[in-house]
Amino acid sequence: MIGKHLLSMNQLTAHDITQILDTAESLRRVTDRPIKKLPTLRGRTVCNLFYEASTRTRISFELAAKRLSADVINFSADSRSSVAKGESFKDTAWTLEAMGVDAIIVRHGSSGAPHQLAQWVDAHVINAGDGAHEHPTQALLDLFSIRERFKEIEGLKVAIVGDIIHSRVARSNVKGLITMGAEVTLVGPATLIPREAASWGATITHQLDPLLEDLDVCYLLRVQKERQNEQLFPSLREYANLWGLDARRMSKMKADALVMHPGPMNRGVEIAAEVSESPRSIILDQVANGLAVRMSLLYLMLGSNEGIDA
Amino acid sequence: MARAPERDFALKARVMGADDVRRALTRVSHEIVERNKGTDDLVIVGIRTRGAPLADRIATAIAGFEGVDLPSGALDVTLYRDDVALRGPRSLEATTVPGDIDGRIVVLVDDVLFTGRTIRAAFDAVLDMGRPRAIRLAVLVDRGHRELPIRADHVGKNLPTSAEEVVQVHLEEIDGEDAVLIGEHR
Repeated sequence: MIGKHLLSMNQLTAHDITQILDTAESLRRVTDRPIKKLPTLRGRTVCNLFYEASTRTRISFELAAKRLSADVINFSADSRSSVAKGESFKDTAWTLEAMGVDAIIVRHGSSGAPHQLAQWVDAHVINAGDGAHEHPTQALLDLFSIRERFKEIEGLKVAIVGDIIHSRVARSNVKGLITMGAEVTLVGPATLIPREAASWGATITHQLDPLLEDLDVCYLLRVQKERQNEQLFPSLREYANLWGLDARRMSKMKADALVMHPGPMNRGVEIAAEVSESPRSIILDQVANGLAVRMSLLYLMLGSNEGIDA
Repeated sequence: MARAPERDFALKARVMGADDVRRALTRVSHEIVERNKGTDDLVIVGIRTRGAPLADRIATAIAGFEGVDLPSGALDVTLYRDDVALRGPRSLEATTVPGDIDGRIVVLVDDVLFTGRTIRAAFDAVLDMGRPRAIRLAVLVDRGHRELPIRADHVGKNLPTSAEEVVQVHLEEIDGEDAVLIGEHR
């Protein structure tokens, strides 16, 4: 049972995740045909409420909703909206509610903002990234991409490399991968791995090289360049030397092992250009699969007024 | 069609057995070819769930007596239904329609024709995949009570029912036996 809102990967069981991925697989075939639109969510309205920058998540949600015939409103909290006049998050939420939106896809710089929103409105709320907390739809599309290649997620060895402490992608992915039975290792400088990570069920290490030959998936996180000023790692070059995936490191990986990245990439820092363009890299598959996974979620959550029954 | 779960179904009569189903499908298969004056451009497409194995059987039967390989496929119309919001989202199954349907004759196959709403959804699903020259409809059982102006071209058995009754089709591939049962909600 997915529930009315999707706020965190914590709320999804292996059964729920499998249902979302199976539905996405059926929906992806629709995107291969000349007429890509389905009438399923005709008359429903979905609002993208983005308080932070986004390219793929916002476009992907917009396209997913449109492919299912829902109406879409894009709201960016920038100089063109009333947020610039000081309208609060709560008043914005009530305004959307008054306009009768059925679902709000929210991205916000503060952890927990989607939870707060879910308490204010009757609409379905989907977390599209909140602070350093979670980004569940990214985790779902990553699980879909991994399952597509390996058929089974259970037992796979996955390393998530880089800035774990600031990464909502890492938090959601660790939860999703562990729920599906993968073995997860978090790799990065000690300064970028949060203390509480010990309780997440993943192994923690600071060296990438010894892991490489056993990995099925090497998942690289974006180095948030703005963090450099916080002195959490010495320099971008040193980061690339120790944790960046270049051709030499990639050559140690198994023949069928995959390289993943949630985007946007810093080529030459966490990932070398030739790695991002190699056949192992499924970075563009991740983007394409995001559309199918988001269509699946919108269908399963908005398909009925009462939410989904198993 | 809205089929009550097994536990809510009180059997009143077994209206077709395995032999009846086989004979009806054989006749329908011949009718499809006769109506089409041959097998040119025919594509047999079953509506999931139970239309799919029926379509395969019809395609196999036609291949048997006409000596040609006939394309067959299956259609999941869930995303095109007009009652998604009422019934809630259901798991999706694969839609596998062979090749290009532009200019071909698509024969839709379903187990029970009742309100006609499933067929309406199937029209939209097929038309989103291309522009067939014609769509025809073959059903194992027509039980009446249409809510839309739709009729079948080929019918295995006309079964007069009351609106309260429930018609269940069982198929070897899914249920382990071939039978058509009539009953009511308990």
